[in-house]
Amino acid sequence: MADTTGAATPDTVAVHGDDGVRRRDFINIAAVSAAGFGGVAVLYPLISQMAPSADVLAESSTEVDVSAIEPGQAIKAVFRKQPLFVRRLTDKEIAEANAVNVSSLRDPQTLAERTKEGHQDLLVTMGVCTHLGCVPLGAAEGENKGEFGGYFCPCHGSHYDTAARIRKGPAPTNLEVPEYEFTSDTVIQVG
Amino acid sequence: MIRPIAILVGLGFSIVVLLAFVTGAYTWATEETQPTAEHEFHIAPHAPEGGFAHDGPLGTWDVAQLQRGYQVYKEVCAACHSLKYVAFRDLAGLGYDEGQIKAEAASYQVPGIDPNTGEATFRPGLPTDYFPSPYPNAVAAAAANNNAIPPDLSLMTKARHHGPEYVYSLLTGYDAIPAELTQEFPDFETPTGLYFNQYFPNLNLAMAPPLTTDGQVTYAEGNPQPTIRQMSADVAAFLTWTAEPKMVERRQTGWPVLGFLIFATILAFFAKKQVWSSATPGRKDD
Amino acid sequence: MSFPWAKEYTPANPVMKFLDEKLPLPRLVYNAVGAGYPVPRNLNYMWNFGVLAGFFLVLQIVTGVVLAMHYAADATVAFAKVEHIMRDVNWGWLMRYSHANGASFFFVVIYLHIFRGFYYSSYKAPREMVWLLGVVIFLLMMATAFMGYVLPWGQMSFWGAKVITGLFGAIPVVGEPLQVWLLGGFAPDDAALNRFFSLHFLLPFVIAGVVILHIWALHIPGSSNPTGVEVKSESDTVPFHPYYTAKDGFGLGVVLVLFAVMLFFLPNYLGHPDNYIEANPLSTPAHIVPEWYFWPFYAILRAFTMDFILPAKLWGVLAMFAAILIWFFLPWLDRSPVRSGHYRPLFRKFFWFGLIPVMAVLFYCGGAPAEEPYVMLSQLATAYYFLHFLVILPLVSSFEKPEPLPYSITEAVLGSDKKAVLGENTTPAT
Repeated sequence: MADTTGAATPDTVAVHGDDGVRRRDFINIAAVSAAGFGGVAVLYPLISQMAPSADVLAESSTEVDVSAIEPGQAIKAVFRKQPLFVRRLTDKEIAEANAVNVSSLRDPQTLAERTKEGHQDLLVTMGVCTHLGCVPLGAAEGENKGEFGGYFCPCHGSHYDTAARIRKGPAPTNLEVPEYEFTSDTVIQVG
Repeated sequence: MIRPIAILVGLGFSIVVLLAFVTGAYTWATEETQPTAEHEFHIAPHAPEGGFAHDGPLGTWDVAQLQRGYQVYKEVCAACHSLKYVAFRDLAGLGYDEGQIKAEAASYQVPGIDPNTGEATFRPGLPTDYFPSPYPNAVAAAAANNNAIPPDLSLMTKARHHGPEYVYSLLTGYDAIPAELTQEFPDFETPTGLYFNQYFPNLNLAMAPPLTTDGQVTYAEGNPQPTIRQMSADVAAFLTWTAEPKMVERRQTGWPVLGFLIFATILAFFAKKQVWSSATPGRKDD
Repeated sequence: MSFPWAKEYTPANPVMKFLDEKLPLPRLVYNAVGAGYPVPRNLNYMWNFGVLAGFFLVLQIVTGVVLAMHYAADATVAFAKVEHIMRDVNWGWLMRYSHANGASFFFVVIYLHIFRGFYYSSYKAPREMVWLLGVVIFLLMMATAFMGYVLPWGQMSFWGAKVITGLFGAIPVVGEPLQVWLLGGFAPDDAALNRFFSLHFLLPFVIAGVVILHIWALHIPGSSNPTGVEVKSESDTVPFHPYYTAKDGFGLGVVLVLFAVMLFFLPNYLGHPDNYIEANPLSTPAHIVPEWYFWPFYAILRAFTMDFILPAKLWGVLAMFAAILIWFFLPWLDRSPVRSGHYRPLFRKFFWFGLIPVMAVLFYCGGAPAEEPYVMLSQLATAYYFLHFLVILPLVSSFEKPEPLPYSITEAVLGSDKKAVLGENTTPAT
């Protein structure tokens, strides 16, 4: 059971000058720092493993056929495991949306900014209340559309108008419009 | 009291096991064990000439070879073998870009649901889909293959000892029964529907030789000649990748970690020496 | 508890003082693994493995909790979930390989820790309780490791679960209903997988609890040492910190280097290829073996091939469990007044030329197929194994003349000819 510590001789013990102390401190500090660095480095994979995995990040785009939606109707689709509202606005609803003084809004945006050119009647938004993430009512037939005829979130009473802009209640911003494009006149691709 | 009991128990176990030893040894000495053909003529797998690019602690993927191997899988193996843990999006690891992956995925028909009627149907694949199985279920796979279900290939090279070498050897190992075997075991024969292959543990394999002629797969310009050996090596490399796409990343992470640990251990050694130097004013060397 | 010269904890600042008054946790740590724990100054590197085992327990718990975040104990998806971890989860491969190889390293370290105990008779009075708790930890580890190996739901997982629960089927009368009860069915399936997952998550925390008791029991007499001579004076000891923290730190570094080599370059070397084939209840792999750390006990199980009053299967099961349970009685079987194998010539011969080679044979044969000559070899080894612990160990002290012991640890370390040096430097500088 040879032990490497046996190498020290009385001579080395006698050296307790400044130089010896400094060298000792240095090597100990270096060793403890290396251990500390290692410990911190290990945290990186432990933390990043909780971020979305490759299969979740790769959730591909969702295609929605919008041809069957009549004016005044909306459908719910799924995008990234969250509801997506696609709504065909009536002329009256478009007029209502455009009549609002934009600068008076909490999150100022015009209907044109929230839709694609040439498809101003098709409003595509996430069905996720910007307050705390509930699904607002108003997409399905007969649901409460709120005071402004758009969507109404029952959790904490946020009212969205016909352009899905926040008008009343605690939600800070309008319903999010995801990235999407028309792949043909009747099909949109979200994401 | 405890010691006499212990001695009795110890002697008891020992005597019983020694009795078993004596009878076993007697049987072993008196009864000759019959040599079997699979014991004597099974060959351990070997690597293709020059080995694989991914071999060894510094090995990396040969992306061109993986692409060729993928082509072999797709044009030959995929007819019977699934690859169910690999998604089309994973092909990014073979150097394909997003557009190529989309096109590749769309060239496969995967099970889906008719959005209007809800009926089961097929639709073109998306990058998030996994490689579809050639058979709808295990029963269909068994029925189509003389009751031998073609195994999934995703993990094949990890599911066999020396997996990449095994795949390569098996694909190139279809041969006639050697004369020495027939001489030693006159009764040995390969049942109908099975194929003789000395790299398969029991020498008789249900898979018909999948690669039978040079040039069976046409490689793009600039690639080596698609000989049977070349195609086998390529698909073995591809299946090494499917079994562990993170293998190279793993080793490349390993080197700096190992370097750091060795450095830190050397520091720890000197720190330990420093700490102990004051406590050990000389000691007897035991 | 501890020695009169143990340094007392003094809080360095008002915050620590506050804490010390309300919840003296820093004091507890200081007295357990800090400068407040005097340790024999002559511990060799075999004494590193306790701390290393603690490290691997923590590693297993951390990586295990992470893996549980991505796993699902359902027979239809368990195998695919493991592949999901390996392919898609960020650093999932690192977590899984760390956990799998961490289990192996935990057992390596524990076996060295146990055999250190055998050689230096660490089980003897006054440390019987430390030893008993250690055997309990080992049994809990084996149960945990077995259940953990079932979770990936590969072929070895499935058949391991079936064969090991089948051992209980050997018990007369209650055996078969017991096996069905353990599995919650007639073969391993969802019910078994779920309960194994639940218990595999629970038991490590039980182990951690028993480890605390193990350390507590150790601190009452203090650590043993290679001479086996008890601590007599302050010059026999050094404070745990910084002396043994530094030494353990170096030991940890060496083991981590080896661990990194396995983890990054040979992660499947200690595993079995068949476990990358999904469980198939209709087809048994040609050659089923447990994980390597069970091999000696698996060899003992298979060594009993002959019915003799009891059926061979029951003999095997009894012997396998007895092989570990007899360790509980070691403190009372070994009567030699000398602890360390260093000073016991006859015991030492049986240890190095009997027990160690026999364990090597058992390890080797447990992993080999159940064919000759492996069965015969494991039968001879099994016979010696039981003779060693139950016959030789109780009797050897009667025939043995121990070599002269040093008067004290200090004398053993410095040698009597260097007492002059010692006189000037009795207390180690810190």
